[in-house]
Amino acid sequence: MSERILMKGNEAVAEAAVRGGCRYFFGYPITPQNEIPEYMSKRLPEVGGAFIQAESEVSAINMVYGAAGAGGRAMTSSSSPGISLKQEGISYIAGAELPCVIVNMVRSGPGLGGILPSQGDYFQSVKGGGHGDYRMLVYGPASIQEAVDITYKAFEKAEKYRIPVMILGDGVLGQMMEPVVLPEMTDIASIPVKEWATDGTKSGKDRRIINSLYIEADVLEGMNNKFAALYERMKAETACETYLADDAEIILTAFGITARIAKSAVDILRESGVKAGLIRPITLYPFPSDIYAQYAAKKTVKQFITLELNLGQMVEDVRLAVNGAKPVDFYGRSGGNIMSPEETVQQVLKKIK
Amino acid sequence: MANVVFNEPLCKGCALCVSVCPKKIVSLSKRSNEKGYFVAEVKDMSLCIGCAACALMCPDVVIEVSR
Amino acid sequence: MQKVFQKSALLTDTPFHYCPGCTHGISHRITAEALEELGGKQGIIGVAPVGCAVFAYNYFNCDIQQAAHGRAPAVASGIKRVCPDKIVFAYQGDGDLASIGMAETVHAAARGENITIIFINNAIYGMTGGQMAPTTLIGQKSTTSQGGRTAALQGNPIRICEMLATLDGASYIARVSLHDLKSVVAAKKAVKKAFDYQVAGKGFSLVEILSTCPTNWGMTPENSMEYVKNEMTKVYPLGVFKEV
Repeated sequence: MSERILMKGNEAVAEAAVRGGCRYFFGYPITPQNEIPEYMSKRLPEVGGAFIQAESEVSAINMVYGAAGAGGRAMTSSSSPGISLKQEGISYIAGAELPCVIVNMVRSGPGLGGILPSQGDYFQSVKGGGHGDYRMLVYGPASIQEAVDITYKAFEKAEKYRIPVMILGDGVLGQMMEPVVLPEMTDIASIPVKEWATDGTKSGKDRRIINSLYIEADVLEGMNNKFAALYERMKAETACETYLADDAEIILTAFGITARIAKSAVDILRESGVKAGLIRPITLYPFPSDIYAQYAAKKTVKQFITLELNLGQMVEDVRLAVNGAKPVDFYGRSGGNIMSPEETVQQVLKKIK
Repeated sequence: MANVVFNEPLCKGCALCVSVCPKKIVSLSKRSNEKGYFVAEVKDMSLCIGCAACALMCPDVVIEVSR
Repeated sequence: MQKVFQKSALLTDTPFHYCPGCTHGISHRITAEALEELGGKQGIIGVAPVGCAVFAYNYFNCDIQQAAHGRAPAVASGIKRVCPDKIVFAYQGDGDLASIGMAETVHAAARGENITIIFINNAIYGMTGGQMAPTTLIGQKSTTSQGGRTAALQGNPIRICEMLATLDGASYIARVSLHDLKSVVAAKKAVKKAFDYQVAGKGFSLVEILSTCPTNWGMTPENSMEYVKNEMTKVYPLGVFKEV
C-alpha cells in the first residue's frame, strides 16, 4: 500500500482515475475544476493514454461518447455551467449504453453564477439533467480520500451497468488539500474486453453499432423498460453513512462537504444535550431511501433536518423517503456561502419542534 | 455481349439511369414494384454495351452489369 | 460474361430509405467502394450524423457509432484516440456539419485529426422537411425562407471547403459533385484520396459532395442534377482546396 500524501482534491481525483484505468480524458477549462484537465494533459501521455482539450464542453462529452464506444475508459470533468452543456451528450451516452465517468466540481448558480462551492446541481445530477428517462450512478463524496476511492472504482461500476457514473463534488472538494492514500495502478490488460465496442475489429454480420435511435415505439419502450430494470438492479450500489444515529431524536442529513459540517454540528448538539445524529448518502442516485424510512419508523426519531448548499433539493428526496412519517425541515446556504457548524447548530435549535 | 440486371424491388423509379444511358435503351416500365414505383428496364438488351453508366448513377444500387 | 458492376461488400443488404433520386445513395456507394479499395486490412469505424443520413449505420457494413446532431467530428476524434490504426470516418449533412456542428468541424480540422469527413451539401434540411440550411443559396426557397433566401434577411451561404482550407491541420479538402457520370467518377476518386491521406497519417481530410434533394427542392431527380450543375457549382465551385 502506498503512503499517505497531501494532495489537492482535483489532482487526487485525476490520479485516482488514471489508477482506475482511465486512459482517455476530454475536457474544457472552467473554474473550479481546472486542475483535473491540467493534470490529465500531463499524466495520460505518460501511461499511453490521450488527452484532448476540446473546443467546448459539448465537444468534450461527445469525444467521451466516441472513445467509450470504441472501448476505452473515458472521462470528462467540468463545473456546473459546463455540465449543463454536457447534458445532451450525457443523455446520448445513457441511451447508447456507454460506460464513462463524469466529474462535476459544482459551483454556484444559476447562470454564470459564481466560482464558489455549491450543491445546486443535485437535481440536475439525480433527476436526469438531459432529456429522456435515464439515470446515472451519482456519488457525493465528502472527503478527498472518499473521492479517490470512488473515482478509482467508478469505471468498473460504469462498465458493470454500461452507464455514465457521475461524481458530484464541489468547489471545496476540488480545491482543498487533504492527506490521501492512493490505490494501486490497475493493470489495463486485466480489464474485460467489451464485446459491444466499435473498435473496428469486426465487419459483416458481426459488426457493432452504437446507437440510441429507436424509431418504433414498442422497441423504444422496450429499451426504456430495460433501463428501468437496470436502474432497479443498480440499487445494489446504494451507499450511506450514519453517525450517532442509533439513539438520535433529531436526524441531520446532508451529503458531500455539507455532511462534514453537519457532523461537527451533531457533536456540538450532543455536547449540549440534544440527541442528534446524521445520515449521509454516499450515493445520491440510487438514493438510500430505505435507510431514511427505517429511521423515520423509529419511535425515538422526532424530526429530520436536511442541510444543503442550495435552496432545498435533496430535501425533496428525503421527504419522499420519510413519506410523512416525521417532519422534515431544511436549512441551506447558497451563492457560494457555507454554513459554519455553530450557525448550523443555531438553526437546528430554532427548528426543533 | 452485355447484360444489366435490375433488382426491381429496390428501384424507386427516379429515372437517373434513364438520363445517363449513352444508348438511350433504359426506360421506366409500366410495371410497378411493391413500393409502387414504376421500375426501370432495358427492353432490347442486345443494344447494351455494358458501360455501367446506369449503375454508377443509380442512387439505390439497383443495377448489376455484366459484360 | 464478367460482372463489371456489383454492389460493394461494404454496403449491407438493407435498402436505402432515401427518397427517389436522392444522391445520398450515390455518396454511400462511392464511400463504400473507396473504403473497400483500401484493401480491408485496416478496420473501419464510421460515425453517422443526425439528418437524412441518420440511418447510415444500417447501410455501411462496418462498425458505426451514431452521433448527436453536429457532434460527429468530436465522436470521431474520441474513437481515433482509442483506435489510432483504424480508418475513422464521419458522414454528415450540411445542417449537421455546417450549422450546429460548425465548431466540431473547424476544430477537428484545426487539430489535424487523422479522420475523414464525407460532407453532403444539398443546401437544405431534408429530414425535417425542407428548412433553410447554412448552405442554402441566395434566392433558393425553403420552408423557412419561403420567398427565397436573401442576404439581408437570412445571411449568406457558407463555403466550408474554402474556410477549412485555411487551417494548417487540414491535409486534403475537396469539393465534388454528382450531377453527371463524369462528376460521379471524379467524386469517388476524391473520396478514395481522402481515405488514402488518412491511411498515410496526413491528418484531417474532407470531401464536400454537392448533392440533390428532389423532394424538398420540388424538382424531378433529373432537374435536380441540372440545378446542381447550373446553380450550386456557381456558389460552390468544384476543386481541390487543400492538398499537402
